[in-house]
Amino acid sequence: MKFSLMVNEGPYNHQASDTAYNFAKAVLEGGHEIFRVFFYHDGVNNGTRLTTPPQDDRNIVERWSAMAAEHEVDLVICVAAAQRRGIADEDESRRNGKDADNIAPGFRISGLGQLIEAGIQSDRLVEFGD
Amino acid sequence: MLHTVNKSPYRSDSLKLCMAYMQSGDMVLLIEDGVYAAMKGGSSEALVSGSSAKVYALGPDLKARGIGSDKLIDGIEVVGFDGFVNLAAENDKVQSWL
Repeated sequence: MKFSLMVNEGPYNHQASDTAYNFAKAVLEGGHEIFRVFFYHDGVNNGTRLTTPPQDDRNIVERWSAMAAEHEVDLVICVAAAQRRGIADEDESRRNGKDADNIAPGFRISGLGQLIEAGIQSDRLVEFGD
Repeated sequence: MLHTVNKSPYRSDSLKLCMAYMQSGDMVLLIEDGVYAAMKGGSSEALVSGSSAKVYALGPDLKARGIGSDKLIDGIEVVGFDGFVNLAAENDKVQSWL
């Protein structure tokens, strides 16, 4: 079965992104497929590679990147939510005249259409947030 | 439909609202702080026991909050994340009461 997930909260401030990750892991382990994980609102903060949690804590961002690398999971960050919160890839950084980008490996920035498409293309869309 | 509730019943009405919208055959999964509603003797016991819906609670979230199986309302079934995925697959839709 094809699943998509929507994540509305940032890492380390709400359990939602941990729950979403553990759910995604169980989806893959259960032999299902993940069509897309869409990060919206504060959820876009899951995609900054500058995150540096203490070594004895889980690295939420790297965990997503590793999942994307291993299982080709499409991790999409909402562009408007990202601009507000300072999450940028190279193109976005240049377009907005910034001096750096910070997107983590495996993530890409796109629009809300990607969420609608995920809803249409997947058998289930599960939302995680506050 | 599978309904997930992630709010403590001591902070939010989301479980109460969710239960009010329950249709026959629907299921409820308590996750995150929502698992506080699974406690025997708690404020939500009548709401949970009186519901026609089957109620589940997420095991890791119970454990993280020190709620042992001896403290659960009778009839609540504990599932892991694999069980969460199975419930989501088994139901045609998942409604998160955020």
